[in-house]
Amino acid sequence: MIKAIIIDDEPLARAIVKEYIKPYQQVSVVQECGDGFEGVKAIAQHQPELIFLDIQMPKINGFEMLELLDHIPAVIFTTAFDEYALKAFEVNAVDYLLKPFSKDRFDKVMTKWLKDYQPNDKTNIQTLLEATGEPPQYINRVVVKTGNNIRIIPIQDVHYLEAADDYVKIYLQEASFLKKKTMNYFENVLNPVQFVRVHRSYIVQVQQVTRIEPYEKDNHIVVLRSGVRVPISKTGYPKLRSILGL
Amino acid sequence: MAAAIFSNKRTFFFYSLCWAIWIITQAWVIYWFGFTWQVAFIDSVVSNLLLAIAQYALTNVLNYYRPRKDKGIYIFVLNLGIAAIWISAVKYILAHIMVQDTHYLEFLHHSLPIRFGIAFLMTGWMMMFSWVHYSAEDKQAIEKRKEDAEKLSREAELYKLRHQFHPHFLFNSLNSISSLVTTNPEDARKMVHQLADFLRGSLRNENKQQVSFKEELEYLQLYLDIEKVRFGHRLSIKIEKDADCVDCLMPPLLLQPIVENAIKFGLYDVTEMVIIHIKARLDNGQLVINIQNPFDPVTTTTQHGAGFGLSSIERRLYLLFARHDLLETIVNGNIFTTIIKIPQ
Repeated sequence: MIKAIIIDDEPLARAIVKEYIKPYQQVSVVQECGDGFEGVKAIAQHQPELIFLDIQMPKINGFEMLELLDHIPAVIFTTAFDEYALKAFEVNAVDYLLKPFSKDRFDKVMTKWLKDYQPNDKTNIQTLLEATGEPPQYINRVVVKTGNNIRIIPIQDVHYLEAADDYVKIYLQEASFLKKKTMNYFENVLNPVQFVRVHRSYIVQVQQVTRIEPYEKDNHIVVLRSGVRVPISKTGYPKLRSILGL
Repeated sequence: MAAAIFSNKRTFFFYSLCWAIWIITQAWVIYWFGFTWQVAFIDSVVSNLLLAIAQYALTNVLNYYRPRKDKGIYIFVLNLGIAAIWISAVKYILAHIMVQDTHYLEFLHHSLPIRFGIAFLMTGWMMMFSWVHYSAEDKQAIEKRKEDAEKLSREAELYKLRHQFHPHFLFNSLNSISSLVTTNPEDARKMVHQLADFLRGSLRNENKQQVSFKEELEYLQLYLDIEKVRFGHRLSIKIEKDADCVDCLMPPLLLQPIVENAIKFGLYDVTEMVIIHIKARLDNGQLVINIQNPFDPVTTTTQHGAGFGLSSIERRLYLLFARHDLLETIVNGNIFTTIIKIPQ
């Protein structure tokens, strides 16, 4: 049995997916969710193979929800017209249904998915997530999961970011969070006027910088308001100086 | 106010040149009457410089004050007065300079009516010229404002077509209908009619300059009915209006985009029940409409006031009423309030 979850903030929109999926005996809808928070919980609980996911939803959008998952199931996006997201779908060959969608269109997507479906093949979604949120829009918040809680961090609260293996550690005033992303991803989606990559492993918020100090011979470190000292690389040094207008 | 005629360097040069030629001409005429060049030039320079300065001042006055068309007599009287003052001044000054030349003084005395006549004509001509110039400039400015207003209303109409039933709203509504068709055909049909009424309402209103607050509320209600089908489980709308508001006039299609904005932020910023509170009252001859929605000041992704939504409302209000203070937004905890004022 294939388990599926429908995540959409409009009950009628969920109803139509449920109706269309009825003839597929091998698929059962184990839960319906009205927002991303419920979605994260339900996915952790049921470990579904497939989710139908709306993008525009309360608090956190569909993409942000996916970022919070430890294991991303197969996703079929259901969305009204959204030019930017559409392009990302097509580029990454991810299945999507444009609202309002017909039974024919739904069957086509489902048939293709059932035919291609292989457990643990998430490459497309991963690349899609890397692609969304890139310019033209810089992100203004980061969504992280801590235990069972989901936390939305406004980007101005982030003091600095540090590379940590497959993760990036996001440092705030009082805490730090891990996010499964790359430093390159953050370098791309953070506004370069606000955040500077001073080192291969560090990005700092310019507002947090209090001073730059020499360190050993030829090297420098940047001191943040909180007193934290972050190393600067040879290429990071001129970048930071020019942002600070030195 | 139009730009002063002589703010343009070329016009000022041309004006001076005309006077120079005229000064030489008059000097030559006086010389022809048998006076020396010196006397001729003193006469010509003194009288015409005075006239040139008077006219220069006059054109500037006309820039600030122009009697209405049916008060043309004022201009005539003003013209006579200036010519009279001028002729007295000329007589007084020249008589003092040429106090010994009796022959000249006699000539001066006899030529006063002609001088007066010429001055009167020249001043009259100058006034007419300024009048035409300033009226044309004013007309142009009015035309331009009218053009801008028309352009903006076109833009607003375009916006309405692009955003108000912006793709999301229209497609999601159609999706709801598609869903209702099997589960609840009655409601599906009802929603088709609601959507049609809403679309028709915006088509009907887009050509109007003003509608009553009551009409605008009815149009808003059409929109709210659809949103309630989609989000009825989370969305609650409260409308409070004072009785004296309903007949107030306002620009059409103004309220709905603001409420749509409020609903969007409410629905996407919080996961709980969303209450949109609309309050209308008449205050000091202004229709004041408050729209409140919950939002999350920390995590909101949307910037209020940015984007076409509220800024187009602000621009429309400015073009209609030439005021920047008619749209206001207030953040109070997790309540966002949009206030619009419509002068009556």
